[in-house]
Amino acid sequence: MPAKASRAAFGEAILELGAQDPRIVVVDADLRKSTMTSAFAKAYPGRAFNVGIAEANMIGIGAGLALAGKIPFICSFACFVVGRFETIRVSVAYTRANVKIVGTHAGIAIGEDGYSQMGLEDIACLRALPNIPIIQPADESETKQAVAYAVEHQGPLYLRLTRQNLEPVSPPDYRFQFGKAVVLRPGGDVTILASGGPVFNALKAAEKLKGEGVRAEVINVACIKPLDEELIVRSAGKTGRVVTVEDHSISGGLGGAVSELLAEVHPTPLKRLGIQGFGESGDPKGLYAKHGLDPDGIARSVMKFLNR
Amino acid sequence: MPTADLARLASIARDCRVQIIRMLTHAGSGHPGGSLSVIDILTTLLFARMRYDPKRPDWPDRDRVVLSKGHAVPALYSVMARAGYFPESQLITLRKLGSPLQGHPDRVMLPGIEAATGSLGQGLSVAMGMALGLRLDGRPSRVYCVLGDGEIQEGQVWEAAMEAPKLGQPDHPLDNLCVILDYNKIQLDDFVKKVLDLEPVLEKWKGFGWPVLEIDGHDLAQIDKALDQAEAIKGRPTFVVAHTVKGKAVSFMENDPEWHGKAPKPREGIRAVREILGVAEGDWAAYLGAHAETAAIVKELEALEKK
Repeated sequence: MPAKASRAAFGEAILELGAQDPRIVVVDADLRKSTMTSAFAKAYPGRAFNVGIAEANMIGIGAGLALAGKIPFICSFACFVVGRFETIRVSVAYTRANVKIVGTHAGIAIGEDGYSQMGLEDIACLRALPNIPIIQPADESETKQAVAYAVEHQGPLYLRLTRQNLEPVSPPDYRFQFGKAVVLRPGGDVTILASGGPVFNALKAAEKLKGEGVRAEVINVACIKPLDEELIVRSAGKTGRVVTVEDHSISGGLGGAVSELLAEVHPTPLKRLGIQGFGESGDPKGLYAKHGLDPDGIARSVMKFLNR
Repeated sequence: MPTADLARLASIARDCRVQIIRMLTHAGSGHPGGSLSVIDILTTLLFARMRYDPKRPDWPDRDRVVLSKGHAVPALYSVMARAGYFPESQLITLRKLGSPLQGHPDRVMLPGIEAATGSLGQGLSVAMGMALGLRLDGRPSRVYCVLGDGEIQEGQVWEAAMEAPKLGQPDHPLDNLCVILDYNKIQLDDFVKKVLDLEPVLEKWKGFGWPVLEIDGHDLAQIDKALDQAEAIKGRPTFVVAHTVKGKAVSFMENDPEWHGKAPKPREGIRAVREILGVAEGDWAAYLGAHAETAAIVKELEALEKK
């Protein structure tokens, strides 16, 4: 399987699912070419709505469509759609509207466009709402399965997707399960919990760490809310050291969720890797290197954390 | 509308005004001004226009009302109770711990509420989505959305205003959507004109592509006629500007920004009930002697005074 952006995998999945389920409708805010819903809109023009650059209205329309029995996917950049937090809070979450919120262009890996276009705080925002699960798939296979799951899930849900291509990380027989994380590489010295774009780099880092004599267990946490508490606590208990890796603010994201869990259930030394401060323009590889999310950076942070 | 029907509606609206005062006085907080300004509109909707079944609040073909100005929900609760969604005795649980009658509408706790509102500016977008979904399924249902005047200072309203006449075109235009502006001219802090004037409000909505009607929002015949006209307009949603009086029917509340978000004290509540019923002070004791239901409400309010 070649590398593919999770937004592109979403676009293919929703096109396919749209043929099977006429309740699926797609609402965009002038970013179809970026959220990859153009093919769906072309195939099902009567079920695709571009409401202009008006994300709050898009969210409300999505809620209304859901209340009328549709399964709306409302799509924009993660920062723009979640930026209309209060509309999501009341019109979707509190209303319990069955809306699937799709936020693309997650993280600094969008690169050159710079901070204003980067979804860096979206997980933190939505984690605070009572009933919106957060799913961040790490490759094409996982994305397509997560989109199919979103259709089945009763209630609102947030899908966090990337602009950049993602190398495959899932095993060939992988089956996405809501609320479950998956061990991609077993190890006993340190647990690396990664989500979304940097999962591949976490695996590469584990390879490097092996050369240093460190056996890292790499776990892909696609479901950030609810967390797979059992697997995470078990792995933390085994290794005694946990590192989280995400392309999101280090506050309130995967690292925050895991910290809260372990602090209460199984206190474990923990290191959060992610974005500190604002993002900036640059090439995605350079940005990951600068923020320590490339394989070398992750491996270096792990070694330092383990005092080796 | 025949005179007998109008008289029936007027009588319901009067009863509902009494219930609004009753529940707010019991609650000790809430929004009387905007509840009293919108009640004639809601009464006409529920008792002259809309198709619904209180026993089946999720009936797919029901007509829907989204009260975007969610703080006026006591008015909606009063008509819902009258329609049979829940007993009128439950009205005095408004805002109390464990009551489905939340301070602002919650659609899960109280079946029959169509959308959670109260964060101003959001209801029109939701109503548009509903109207579109119903059109896509070929359902006959109509969707009514009631906006507050201060509410339309919110930016999301104008995103929705710009989009609604275009959404679903050409196959599924939202002519099943009717939006009513409760234009009572007062918001929380002060008169709308002083805080952020909306004028020229008719021209604004016309400019966004809406057919716009203008009525007296306390004239039941005018409300009903406007809803008739709205239903006859094809291809676009309709916007109705309903001029209203904040605190309508209670002399000391009318046109006073102080009564946007303040509940009457029991003594004030009793006076408000008397004024709503149009009874002179000197005739009040005799009236209560002849009207057991009102007397019971007044007795309850008197009991609050003693607490």
